[in-house]
Amino acid sequence: MPRSLLGQIRSLLASVAFRIALTALALMTPVAVLVSIGLGSEVNRVLAAQTFDVLRGELQVFRGELDRGGMGALAASVSARSVSSDQGIYLLTTPSNGPVPLAGNIERLPAGLTASGNIFKFWRTAEQRFVSAAGLLVPLPDGGMLLVARRIDDQQAFAKNLQLTAFAVVALLTMLSLALGWFFSRHANRRVADITTTARSIMSGDFTRRVPTDASGDEFDELAIGLNAMLAKIEELVDALREVSDNIAHDLKTPLTRLRNRAEAALREDRADAHREGLEKVIEESDGLIQTFNALLLIARLEAGAVDATRTRCDITALVRDVAELYQPFGDDAGLQIVFASDPTPTFFLVNRQLVGQAVANMLDNAIKYSTGINDASSGSITVKVVAVSDKAVEIAVADRGPGIPAADRERVTKRFVRLEQSRSRPGTGLGLSLVSAVARLHDGALRLEDNSPGLRVVLLLAQPSCSAASPISVPGGAGRVGQTASIAR
Amino acid sequence: MRVLVIEDDRETAQFLVKALKESGHGADTTADGESGLEMASEGGYDVLIIDRMLPKRDGLSIVETLRGNGDRTPVLILSALGSVDDRVKGLRSGGDDYLTKPYAFSELLARVEALGRRLEPETQVTRYVVGDLSLDRLSHKVTRGGATVPLQAREFRLLEYLMRHAGQVVTRTMLLEHVWDYHFDPQTNVIDVHISRLRSKIDKGFPKPLLHTVRGAGYVVRDGDA
Repeated sequence: MPRSLLGQIRSLLASVAFRIALTALALMTPVAVLVSIGLGSEVNRVLAAQTFDVLRGELQVFRGELDRGGMGALAASVSARSVSSDQGIYLLTTPSNGPVPLAGNIERLPAGLTASGNIFKFWRTAEQRFVSAAGLLVPLPDGGMLLVARRIDDQQAFAKNLQLTAFAVVALLTMLSLALGWFFSRHANRRVADITTTARSIMSGDFTRRVPTDASGDEFDELAIGLNAMLAKIEELVDALREVSDNIAHDLKTPLTRLRNRAEAALREDRADAHREGLEKVIEESDGLIQTFNALLLIARLEAGAVDATRTRCDITALVRDVAELYQPFGDDAGLQIVFASDPTPTFFLVNRQLVGQAVANMLDNAIKYSTGINDASSGSITVKVVAVSDKAVEIAVADRGPGIPAADRERVTKRFVRLEQSRSRPGTGLGLSLVSAVARLHDGALRLEDNSPGLRVVLLLAQPSCSAASPISVPGGAGRVGQTASIAR
Repeated sequence: MRVLVIEDDRETAQFLVKALKESGHGADTTADGESGLEMASEGGYDVLIIDRMLPKRDGLSIVETLRGNGDRTPVLILSALGSVDDRVKGLRSGGDDYLTKPYAFSELLARVEALGRRLEPETQVTRYVVGDLSLDRLSHKVTRGGATVPLQAREFRLLEYLMRHAGQVVTRTMLLEHVWDYHFDPQTNVIDVHISRLRSKIDKGFPKPLLHTVRGAGYVVRDGDA
């Protein structure tokens, strides 16, 4: 199928790995070819130089013969060499003989030779072909010429073979690179396709899908592991969001239904005071709803970091003692004693007084709510403590002697609207601890629920911000002591 | 008392005007910031109720302009923005009190009446007297019918605030804000318990109670029937 082949080639050309291989090839191949060519000619040059050295040595010997025995001796020597030497080529001419050589193993002088040495070709009748040789043509004192040469066919063939081998290696490497490029691009494409497929199925709503990993530890594996961690977090957030919206739907619909029922019931009555009573209940019910909404909004804003949480230098001990004091009469009425068990040394920290106050109030409210009505002598007290764990962190603990929370449920109850079955009958929004938890996070701290055996100990940890560029700003005007709060610019 | 309501939501504005009139106050309304500033500048109002988000000119800018012109008419700011920081911003612009929507009318009325009664500067008053109950701010002594009533520090401040606003309804939220400096919702009506303790100390054994509960609104210290 030519179309699919074309498509394959196109996708191959589009692949990053293949393009890198191609680019490397385009750069490396001409270099390799040039190197191969250079190698051949260099080998030729070196070998020729060696040959000329040998020839010069031979010429030296012939000169000696000529000096000692004249032309006759030279001719005899040349003749002897012409026969004995396998590769040597000799020719001795003298003007008296005309064009007929005096001695040697070729018929006539090839044209264009000089005394400094040349590479030349000549027709070898015995072999019926042209032969390459390197030779020196030296003029003799009597006007004759002496050619001393040597066949270099083998040398040239060697250089040529060398060059061909180099070319073959280059060609092989090229093909290998292309194959590797193709292989890697296919591998990369397959891994990327895995990721793309996963992304597509997640987009279509299947949040449980994950990118396959192969434990190879390569870049793709690392990417897949990273993506999977991200996907797990996203799934968790989506689940949390779904849970929250389900809870909101449930926990807001219930009071809304109650509100509507009350209004309807009041309408059905004829008595004017029944109308009045109904309306009062409707107001009560809507106040509860408003309270829930406010708490939800506050938690959402705290969690989104949308609150410009103004921190002020504040005596935590006094703050907590004040809230405990606010709840003390309420606890007394419920038969509970609220014990403030820390010494009154001031513990100054940068906190948002209102938010921490609200959190402590929620903690106390819970403690009172859940330890009321337990007829046990030891259940009658709630202990409140402030402990500076370091100069950067402070813990506020509220411990009751109520039924406590099973270890398995402790993390769950800090989530929005989560109320344990046994507490559903009691009044509350199910947002109290979520708010405490959000306040803790806003103060770089944490919320811990511990076993007070029996009972529950709720510990709110608040930490100092790393940079505390405090600049007090006084607020002019009216209500409350807002004017006394100082704020830090963030 | 004459009240100007600057509120762009017609229904809310009409509800406020009607309810204020029923409570014995005069009330006018306008729907945008420009005309609101104009009417407020002409004077003649004892309290201004200003919505924070208004067409043409926002609520905070009206307050700032009035204060810039030396107008000290008490202002109650209404807003859907309820965080502590929003409140601080509202009060910093020159507002005297801040109320978050949705609110109970009884809460709004109590606050408007508290704002409208021009009080003598707090520092110049050393004694509050209601009937035979008297509170001395300097010696921190409270007497009822000549006999000393022992009060704890917080109870003293609670009674002090109530007596400063004698004859006026004070809501639970106002008490939380002014006596405890808490701008949050303590979930349970903790204030009620404090009030009943205070009541048992100042009213118990006396034929005529002075600390009254106003149903659906709050509390009032008054010499006479609730």
